[in-house]
Amino acid sequence: MHGFEFFVDPSRCIGCQSCVNAGGECGTHRGVSMIQLDYFDREWTTASTPTVCMHCEDPACAQACPADAIKKGEDGVVRSALKPRCIACSNCVLACPFGVPKVQIEMELMMKCDMCYDRTSAGLRPMCATVCPSQALMYVTPAEAAQLRRDKPVNTFRFGNQEVKTKVFMYVPHGGEALEVDVVHDMWRLEE
Amino acid sequence: MSENKSHCPKEERLWREEFSVSSSEQAYVERRQFGKFLVLTSGAMFAGQVWLMAKDWIAKTKAIVWPRKEVANEGDLDVGAAKVFQYPGPNDDCLLVRVNETKYVAYSQKCTHLSCAVIYSAQKKVMECPCHNGYFSIEDGHVIQGPPPRPLPRVELEASGGKLIATGMSVFGEGEAH
Repeated sequence: MHGFEFFVDPSRCIGCQSCVNAGGECGTHRGVSMIQLDYFDREWTTASTPTVCMHCEDPACAQACPADAIKKGEDGVVRSALKPRCIACSNCVLACPFGVPKVQIEMELMMKCDMCYDRTSAGLRPMCATVCPSQALMYVTPAEAAQLRRDKPVNTFRFGNQEVKTKVFMYVPHGGEALEVDVVHDMWRLEE
Repeated sequence: MSENKSHCPKEERLWREEFSVSSSEQAYVERRQFGKFLVLTSGAMFAGQVWLMAKDWIAKTKAIVWPRKEVANEGDLDVGAAKVFQYPGPNDDCLLVRVNETKYVAYSQKCTHLSCAVIYSAQKKVMECPCHNGYFSIEDGHVIQGPPPRPLPRVELEASGGKLIATGMSVFGEGEAH
């Protein structure tokens, strides 16, 4: 769908698992849901967050692939590994800063969220965005998104000195131009 | 990752283009690249042709000394029968054929099409390649029908003292074979 973008708003996620179940219905990865739903500390918070592929401008998974199996289309969608090429080495799994690719050991193939390519390429919305009851996952034009939300979504993530620009936008609590991700700091904080 | 690129501007290696992450880029060929490919491949083909010509020319200028080899005794073969012998090397199979009471001929047994072993058909009086039905004349080895592109090399025979002796090879329409 031309001009449509994917928006993720974790603060609106209610953890209902609709997206996870709908994800398996998609034709390009039938039966295997490619969306990850994380619950945090359930004792203290009801917060949950869905993780879809962010479709990086310069995808680390594809850059790390030794078999040239991961390709980004002209529309910016990073596709699952090509079956004849993928050697299931898991380099992409380790390289992805968002933890998206999953290696299907029984198929010896890496599969990842490809924005339900069979649907989005034919003018339909991705499965997860069609079922999300709280619009935590939206597939709309940026103009529509601006009407629906006051926050400005970001698509730039900073991991230390590494800046990753993505096709998918994310609403983050404090806004700003980019989201700083300090993994080590957050891990230490969790341990405390 | 965009940072990485700014560190090494224009240092994109060719393999990065060939195995690009972007599916549109990997199929993209620059005009200059295509030109280079054309010039290099046609240059290589030209060099190969020159090499083949030179090899051929050198082989032509060298006088070949054919060995003399006793093939069979006259009268060993019945009319219409054939015998395999090796000439000029130990791996070059040839076929000696007794066409009639007085006439013996011999040809290389290697079909000029795909090197199948040629046999003598006494019924049709031709050299026949059973692989693809190639027929060669028993008179001079020229192609009568079928896929073979060149005549069958003929072994020159000499009869002396009741023995048949191979003295050289020739190809129909060419003079001496090489």
